[in-house]
This record gives sequence, structure tokens and C-alpha cells, in this order.
Amino acid sequence: MEKTFEIIDHTADIGIVSYGTDIKQVFSNTAFGLFSLIAELDNIQESLQRDIEISSQDIESLLVEWLNELLYIFDVDHIAFKRFEFAELNDRELKVRCFGDKINPSQQEIKREVKAATYHMLAIDRKNNGYRAQVIFDI
Amino acid sequence: MPRWEGQLKRLDDYRWEIPQSYKQGMRVPGLIYTDEKMLETIKQDQSLEQVANVAFLPGIVGHSMAMPDIHWGYGFPIGGVAATRVSDGVISPGGVGYDINCGVRLLRTNLSKNEVIPKIKDLINHLFHNVPSGLGSEGKIRINEKEINELMMQGAHWAVKRGFGLPDDLDFTEETGRLKGADPDKVSARAKQRGAPQSGTLGSGNHFLEIQTVKEIYDRDAAKAMGIQDIGQVLLLIHTGSRGLGHQVCDDYLKVMAEAVHKYSINLPDRQLACAPVESKEGKDYLVAMACAANYAWANRQCITHWSRESFIKIFGKNLQELGMEQIYDVAHNIAKIEEYTIDNKKMLLCIHRKGATRAFPAGHKDVPQRYQNIGQPVLIPGDMGRCSYIAVGTERAMQETFGSTCHGAGRVQSRGAAKRELKGIDVARDLESRGITVKAASMSSLAEEASQAYKDVTQVVEVTQKAGISHKVAMATPLGIIKG
Repeated sequence: MEKTFEIIDHTADIGIVSYGTDIKQVFSNTAFGLFSLIAELDNIQESLQRDIEISSQDIESLLVEWLNELLYIFDVDHIAFKRFEFAELNDRELKVRCFGDKINPSQQEIKREVKAATYHMLAIDRKNNGYRAQVIFDI
Repeated sequence: MPRWEGQLKRLDDYRWEIPQSYKQGMRVPGLIYTDEKMLETIKQDQSLEQVANVAFLPGIVGHSMAMPDIHWGYGFPIGGVAATRVSDGVISPGGVGYDINCGVRLLRTNLSKNEVIPKIKDLINHLFHNVPSGLGSEGKIRINEKEINELMMQGAHWAVKRGFGLPDDLDFTEETGRLKGADPDKVSARAKQRGAPQSGTLGSGNHFLEIQTVKEIYDRDAAKAMGIQDIGQVLLLIHTGSRGLGHQVCDDYLKVMAEAVHKYSINLPDRQLACAPVESKEGKDYLVAMACAANYAWANRQCITHWSRESFIKIFGKNLQELGMEQIYDVAHNIAKIEEYTIDNKKMLLCIHRKGATRAFPAGHKDVPQRYQNIGQPVLIPGDMGRCSYIAVGTERAMQETFGSTCHGAGRVQSRGAAKRELKGIDVARDLESRGITVKAASMSSLAEEASQAYKDVTQVVEVTQKAGISHKVAMATPLGIIKG
């Protein structure tokens, strides 16, 4: 699986379609895609980590709530994340360790501000050789 | 994107109806304000399907409405207006949007463009540094938890008490910049954590500060009442919202409403229309939390007003009185309001959802400032970056048809991705400069996404509201300089 994610068109907002061989990978690639919208991730180290646990009603809600949790951490602590290790990921809950680093706006250009991950056109689908997820972000 | 091929009935040149029979579950018809040409663009996305979906909301009254700047959003379209009965209807955070009280403020000056143009670069630079605007930026205001609670309860009043701007500004702000009943206890800790460092910041995306010059005056008397007398007169437009705090409140309550939908057995065609009865605990909690976020945005615009005035005072070496830099008005365009209307000879309280729509009260309405009693409430309609903006007033027809609402701005036609592929930020900046518009943006990336061609033509949008009679044009202004996050 070479393609990890791509940016998709949406009139007022922006979306990510991401791919993965398993559900953990597609979640990771979605989050990676999200932070790629925000900053140039090549320039970011993995010196900080955060552990996140979320419970929700279904897998799609889990994805949106997790992404919004990451956006909250970014807003408050200015940490951009680029790698994720899932200890647990099922239909109702996830436990993940997220790796990234603080962004310094004076040194690194922030490409855009992402307000939230939305439920609009939200989809996680099983495909022949893996998973595909689609999330639209409010910007 | 498949074209929308649903049912539409033309009522007249500017009104189109989606019949209630179009979709099983619609409680009222849809009503779209547009003209034939713009309708073709509207049909390119699924915004009309969203208009039909909103008609499912329990307690909805009249029509599920769409303003001419409609484009699709999540759940509710942007440019949507829906009124629900407070007694037995619902409130839906999606009908307000993530950016609660994203809105616009307009200030007048005594300056002419001939005075401003020679100093525009200095002014832009000063504003850029004086008004925190950038991405990931924190504010100049340091507030703790107690202070943010006060800020959320008092809104623009909080800011004025601390010396940001003038008491008179409050008279010319919707709700005087403070929605009553705001309860900080209903706002989550993380919303406050996001909000505290961002108070008094402009933000990014389609938020901006714009120095404008009056290009056309359509109604001399109304313009005069607003302090707009001359072609070439310089104005300042501020467009911003409730930043991370508002987004978090929306997100928090979308989760609450997702549960409420099951609890109250509400049948919806789209989960993003998640809602609860207005009178339920969930509904009441959302309203008072939304009020907190709305007040936060008004405090924000109040602080930015103050810093903007500081920049003008510095650059032009005149005091505030000489500058005549007074507030014309401040409107919200993402908000839910409880307002009283007469339906079938009965007075009732309605919850008016305006998502990408502006209140447009007529002359004589009690909530219109004294100075504007004869002309109606000013409506501020920003266009896209680099084109023009309009100032209008509300009308009696709007009260009759749209629960006192009209459009909010240009509305997008082109996705940000497509806009970016066609343009680069630097080219957009050069193009603007070649047309005499100085722009300073914290992010060149976001600049390209905001290019003119990505937006509907605001002139067309305003023409429709004019011809439909739901707002009345007063003046038009064009940009001299723009600051963006």
C-alpha cells in the first residue's frame, strides 16, 4: 500500500481520504494527513508523546473524536503529531500513543488552521486490500 | 460531485421552492432565494438536499430557507435559516456552525482614500503587528479561568470595561455584544483552555481585517445615518469569530446532541442535524454555552477594534475624535437567537438558526439602535478578498418572509483544493497589488485558498436579496488593504 492519504475537494472546507492495510494504519494515516494540512511534517521531530484514550458509539465517531482531541492538543500545546502507536483500536474504544513536537509559528509556517474534524461525509470502508477513510475538516 | 436533480418550483424570479412532498419527512417546504443563473451553480453541490433535510427538524416553522450565498456545509447548508418553535421544537448546533458568532464589524472614519493610500503599507504593517492574527498565535491578553468566565458572561462589555474600545460601541453591536443568560458552567474546561490564549486574535481562513473605501452610495439618507457621506471615504471591516473556544463548544454539544437524538426519538436524515428540544436540558445547556461563545467572539471583535484604532491613531497622527473612527455596526452570521414572531395571529417564541446568514431587522424594530430607527438595522455583507463588500439595511419583507434574515457574504463556489491548484499565494498577492490592494498574510498558503474566483460574486448575491426585498442596499466599498491570518 503506497498511497497513505490524499487531499480531497470540498467547497468550503477540506477533506482527507486516507488508506491503510488495517484499521490502525488508516487511522494513523488520517491523522498524519490532518497534520500535513497544518504544517510541514518533514521538519518536525518526534520528541514529545501523548497518550490518548477515547470511547465512543461507533468506529466513525471514534475517528472524529480522536482527530478533534489531537486538534485540541494542537490548539493548546502547539504540538503537531506525525506518528501513532495503537495499543487498542476496536469499534468502541482506542488507546494510542502519539508522537510529535511543538511547532514554533515564528520558525515554521503554519499552512492553515483546522477548526475541527466533522461528521460530514464521514466514511470508513473496508476495501479489497485494506481500508479507506474519508473525513471533512472545517477550516 | 453529482448535480442536484431534486424538485424545484419557481415562485418568482428570486424565489424557488422545494415542495414538502419532495422527501418523506419534510415538515415544511424549502425556500431558496436565488436567480436562475446562480441556481445553476447551487445545483453543482448537494446544498439543496441539505435544505430539504433541515425541513425534517421537529417544530420547524415556515420554510427551511436558503440565502443566495448558499453552499453546502455539514448538516445545515451555509446560508441556511431555520426557525423552530421554542415550545416544542428543537435546537441544532449544526444550524449555528463551528465558528459560533463568526461575524462582521464595520467602523467608519473621516479619512479619504487619498489620505490613506500614501500610508497604506505603514498602516497594514502596524495593524498586522498590533492585532494578533497569525496561525497558532496567542493573544496579547492574558486571562485566567475566572476572567474567561467573566468574559463569556459579559462579552463586549467585558472588553470595554478593560479599556478596549468605547461604551458607544456597544450600542452599535447586535445584542450590545452580550447575549444574556450565558453560563460558563456549561462550557467545557477544554473550550476555556483553547479560548483563553486566543482571546483578541483574528484567526485565519476567511477571517480578515480590511481597510476599505466607499465606491458607491445607493441610499444617501441611510448612508448618512451610518456616518457614510462621501465616495472615497475610508472604512474598516473586521471579520472574525469565536476561535478555538467556539469550535470546541460546537464539538462538545454535537456529542451531547448525538445522544439526545436517541433519547428524544428524533428521526433525522443526516446525523449532523443532531438536535434536542429547545426546552430540554440539552437544548438549554447548548443555548447558554453558545451564548458564552458568542460573547467571546464579541469581546474579540471589541479588542480588535481597539487595537485597530490604535494603529490608525499612530499612523495618521490624529486622535480618535479627529479620525471619527466610530462603529457603524456589528453583526453575527453564525448564531441561534430566541425571537418573538406572530404566526397565525399568535405570538410565539422561535429559535432562529442563522448559519451563514445575518439578522436584518427593519426600521422601527425595538432592537434596532435609536440612530437607525428610521432606516433599519445595518447589514454588513463582506465579499471575497479583493472584491467588494456591501452595507445594507433590514426590511419589513424580511420580517415577514425570512424571520428577519438575509445573506451574509459571498459564499464559495470553488473548493480550497481547486483554488490552490489554480493559484499560488504569491500570485494572488501580486494580482491584488497590481489592482492597488495591499495584502499581508501570515500564511501564503491560506491566501491562495481565499482568492476571488473561489467565491460567488457578492454583487450577484446582494442583487438577489435586493430584488427579493429582504434587504436594501445602502453602499458598496472596495478594499485598499487586507490583513489575514
